[in-house]
Order: sequence, then structure tokens, then C-alpha cells
Amino acid sequence: MAKSLFEKVWDAHAVRTLANGQTQLLVGTHLIHEVTSPQAFGMLRDLGLKVAMPHRTFATVDHIVPTDQFVEPYSDPLAQAMMDELRKNCAEFNITFFDRATGKQGIVHIVGPEQGITQPGTTIACGDSHTSTHGAFGAVAFGIGTTQIRDVLATQTMALGKLKVRRINVNGRLGPGVYAKDVILHIIRVLGVNGGTGFAYEYGGEVFDRFTMEERMTVCNMSIEGGARAGYVNPDQTTFEYLKGRPYSPKAAAWDQAVAHWASFASDAGCHYDDVFTINAAEIEPTVTWGINPGQGISINERIPDPKTATAVDEKASIEEALAYMKLVPGAAIKGTKIDVAFLGSCTNGRLSDFQEVARFIKGRRVAAGVKAIAVPGSQIVALQCEKLGIDKVLAEAGFEWRAAGCSMCLAMNPDKLIGDQLCASSSNRNFKGRQGSTTGRTILMSPLMVAAAAVTGSVADAREVFSVSSN
Amino acid sequence: MALEKISHVTGRGVYVPGNDIDTDRIIPARFMKCVTFDGLGEFLFYDVRKHTDGTDRPHPLNDPRFKGATILLSGANFGCGSSREHAPQAIQKYGFKAVVAENFAEIFFGNCATLGIPCATASRADIAKIAAALETNPATEIVVDVANQQIRFAGQSVPAAVRADARDALVNGRWDAIAELLDGAPAVMAKAVTLPYLAA
Repeated sequence: MAKSLFEKVWDAHAVRTLANGQTQLLVGTHLIHEVTSPQAFGMLRDLGLKVAMPHRTFATVDHIVPTDQFVEPYSDPLAQAMMDELRKNCAEFNITFFDRATGKQGIVHIVGPEQGITQPGTTIACGDSHTSTHGAFGAVAFGIGTTQIRDVLATQTMALGKLKVRRINVNGRLGPGVYAKDVILHIIRVLGVNGGTGFAYEYGGEVFDRFTMEERMTVCNMSIEGGARAGYVNPDQTTFEYLKGRPYSPKAAAWDQAVAHWASFASDAGCHYDDVFTINAAEIEPTVTWGINPGQGISINERIPDPKTATAVDEKASIEEALAYMKLVPGAAIKGTKIDVAFLGSCTNGRLSDFQEVARFIKGRRVAAGVKAIAVPGSQIVALQCEKLGIDKVLAEAGFEWRAAGCSMCLAMNPDKLIGDQLCASSSNRNFKGRQGSTTGRTILMSPLMVAAAAVTGSVADAREVFSVSSN
Repeated sequence: MALEKISHVTGRGVYVPGNDIDTDRIIPARFMKCVTFDGLGEFLFYDVRKHTDGTDRPHPLNDPRFKGATILLSGANFGCGSSREHAPQAIQKYGFKAVVAENFAEIFFGNCATLGIPCATASRADIAKIAAALETNPATEIVVDVANQQIRFAGQSVPAAVRADARDALVNGRWDAIAELLDGAPAVMAKAVTLPYLAA
């Protein structure tokens, strides 16, 4: 019988059915970080348990690391305490820790793929909702809570109900200056922030076939923003080429075997999907958010919604709440909205190609006066790659501060925060109230090149015009 | 360790209106700089409950009429965003024992189930009825009947749904899966050897 990748991976990892009907699912790869794991290790100790598979557990530090301080102790003692705790837990339980001294540290969802730990046909869990990123490789990857981290540490399994699968096709060709970020912001806008509840999203179609792994990761990363706990792309030649030669990728004879095995997980032609949704790539424009959730997006040339024209009572109230917080004018153009901060980075858009694309266009331009601009590579390896190519210099000459790897201003658990009601053009994934570290701070989500356009003009702008983008 | 069988939750309620209330709003990220969950309760909804100087803002949780409420009611897509268990932990440590909403974000729902917090869905109209009853009489006793999937209050009864797997786990006192997962160890090992990438 024809099966989807999700079903194949699920079946390969389903251990047994639990009393309440959920499945005990084997988690092949467990990724941990400093924020959501310490309590889980505490629970493990309370129960007198060990880590079941330390060799399948990998740690890094990302959320709290300062991007302008390398030497410890960090100026924030709470951040230092979390750092120390993770180090202690990894040492005690014999877990590989990509600490800052290894040169391999970074945002957990960037580290897994670049090390070759993230592989097709596997299950991955991590105490972070953006774990869906790893689905780009044809893995089934779930964000989990801390008690579930304890479960995975102790048993290498978790209790989970099976998801339905929605196939999302994006057919045709994206226009110049339209990126993976725009694709996912468009999908969330159309299907809603909770449209994916109960589903895994399988992304496919011509656009995904052409996408690089980094582009696929950007889309899968934000699946959870559409309510889908997992999102994936079927593995293909692009996937295998990316993985070849990475530290944890199979070597020599094992490589060919692995590729054949991985390829067998791709969804079969004619398999059942619980839902299918198709989008024409030509409809997708550079997209920006105007509100306080990632589904509140419009294309750069649209106007900010007006609650007066809202059709549902609910919609009216949510537009009013969002615009009151964002201090934006109903019915006005979003283009031209003055910004205070520009942030390049995050697990959504903090990879080499993101910085490369910005550098290609921003060379010779300057960040507008009064705009604070920071560029935060997603990992130490991304930083090094950028530095070898001189991308850091191009960005610095343009007026971006080039920082050390981490989550940084995506969620502002480190010192990188908005101040007051500053408005940030951000390549990150969430525009929730207070998300970027100030209770009145405002976020507009967009692609990295759109962030660059906003940075150089000082206001939300169409990158295609600012940089005369005529071809991708 | 025998777990409590949670067939129903009885108590007073408080209605926090709004859709898409995300986990950043439930517990702002800066309060996650901790290595235990102790003390998170006081930071529940902190930035919408407090001014920057720490004084109270108008918020249902600051309304003395609703002090002591153990049932939290809200709108659609409650708990969206981050997977942080700090959100349900803060809700539980604040004193809530059940959450009622139009629907829930999935990771949040699962985290609550694992902590023994029933998340019941009810229609918008029915939640509005409960909210109206609370407004009239904040001492209204609410029963979230998990086993029978209904909510009773002020002589009325409205349908509520609790997803089957969570309902079974709550009602039968097996909402923390760890014991059962540990019992599966032999089956886990048998499965693990079929997956080449798990080889040590």
C-alpha cells in the first residue's frame, strides 16, 4: 500500500500502543539545549533514572548566550547558571555537548543539520517548537515539553498520538526577490495560525523541488507557526548532496546504503493525504506581518487591514488588538513604516545563504541613520563560513554589528533586546507581544533581504525596488 | 507512584478573553532563566498583568472577585507558540487545575495532559455563557467533568470535549506516561536494533 513519508517513519519507530491509545514512539535523535532541559535532568535524578541512549542525545547552548561576550562568567548570572547546569548534566550523563569552545555551537536547529545528525527517515525530538526545522531532511521532528524531555532522556521514547498529513503543493516559480520566508508567511496567512493543528505538513511541488536545503529548513521551521507540530519535505538528491561528508553522515560503503535507505522513506506516488492544498508560486509576494501573530501578514504592496471592513466580529477584535499594540494605522500602506531596529538571524533565517544574499545586495549601501542593525549568525560554523567569504565585512561596512552565534533577539533571552516600543524589522519567526524583549516592543517579520531593505531605507520597504532585484 | 484519577475538576473560574494567547504571553521568556519550575506561578501572564513598574494593570487575574479561581477560561488557539512547559507549569503553580478554551495549540495541550491539567474545549457561545455566569456571580461553582465531557455551572450544563487519549489518561490516573514508557524497555530495544542509525 502506498504510504506517505510520515506514515513510513511513524511505522518504523512505533514501539507499541499505550493504554490510553497513544503510541510509544522511538525517538532516534534527541537534541537538547540549556533552557528546557535542566528541569528534565532534575526529574531524572529525582526518579533515580539514567539517560537511555546518551550516544543519540546531543546538546548545544543557544537561547541565553550573549552574542557580544565570549568569556565566562557572563554578566547575567542566571545565564551563567544555565550554562553551568547544561555542562554539568552533559558531563554526568556522557552526552556530546557542542559547547562554545568546540567551535560547533549554535542554534540547535542549525547545528543538527550542519553536523549531519539530522537525517532522512529518522525521528527527532527537542524541547523547542522550531524542531520542525529538521523535517526539511525528511525526518519527522517534534517540539516537546520538559516532562517529555525527561521521558526521552529516560526511555528514548515518548507518548504521542498519530498526526494527520496535509500535503501543501507550491507550484510554478517564485518571482525575483521572493524567498522561502515569503512562502511560509504566505502559507500561514492563508491556512491560519491554527490551521495545522493535528497535522504534519508535507511540503512539495516545483518550488520545493528546486529549493536548497537551507530554503527548505526556513519553511519547515515555521510549520508550528501555522499550528502544525511537524513539517517535512521528501528527501531527494538535494538532501543527499547536503549531507555528504558531514561529521555524522555515514561514510564509505555505508553512505550508498544509507542513501538507498533514506530514499525509500519518500512518500509513495498515490499515497493518502488527509488534506491537499495547492498554491501558485506566482501569487506569493514579499510578505511582511502587521500584527501580533505570524498569520497576520500582507504582501509589501498591500494596505494594513481596517477593522471597519472585517467580516467577523472576531476578526475585528483581533485586528483592533493587533493595531493598538503595533501602533499602526488601519488602511495605511505598510511600506514606509519607520523602523528602529533591524535583526538578521534566528533558526529561521540565520544560515549562510541568508547572509550571503543580504551581502550580495547591501554591498556599498549604508544602514539608515538612527537604525540599530545586528547580524547574528545561527552557528559558529555559519559565522566562520561568512567570515571566510568576507560577508561579515560587507555587513559591518554597511553598518550591521556582526555578532557571535545564538538565538539572540528572536526571543531576547540574552542581552539583545528591543527598548520601549521600538519597531524591529526581523528575519525571525514570531511577532508576539513582547517577544523581542520589551513589553511594548514591536516586530515585523520578513525575509532577510527585506530586513536589509528596511535597514538601509529606515522603513519597511520593497527589497525589489531598493536593491533593483531583477532575478533570483 | 499512583497518580490522581482526574475525572472532574470543581472550582471557581476566571475568564481571560482573547484568541491566540501565546505561550510568550502566558510566561514571558525572561522568566525562563531558571533551572527549576519553582516560583513560576507569580509570573503567569506577567506582562499583561503588570505595568513595567510592577504595579497591577487591569486584568481578570488581578480582579479580587476572581481570586482563588482554579478553572481558567479563554478563547481560540490557546497556548500557541513555543513548546515551553514553563507555560502550563506557571498555570498550575498559580493554582489552576483545568483550562477551558475553544481549542488549544497542540504542544501546549500535550504538556498540560502530562502534568494532569485537563484542557477541555467548548463552543464560543457556551464559554460566553459561563463567562456571563461568572460576571453575575464570581463565586459560581464550575464542574469540568472530564469523564462525561460536560461543564456544569449555575444549574446549566454545556458539552465539552477532551481528546480521547488525554481523557483516558486523566480519568484513569495515567497522565504521566513515564512508568508505562519504562515498562516498554524490552520492546524499545527490539525496535531500536531494526534502525541502523541507532547503533552505538
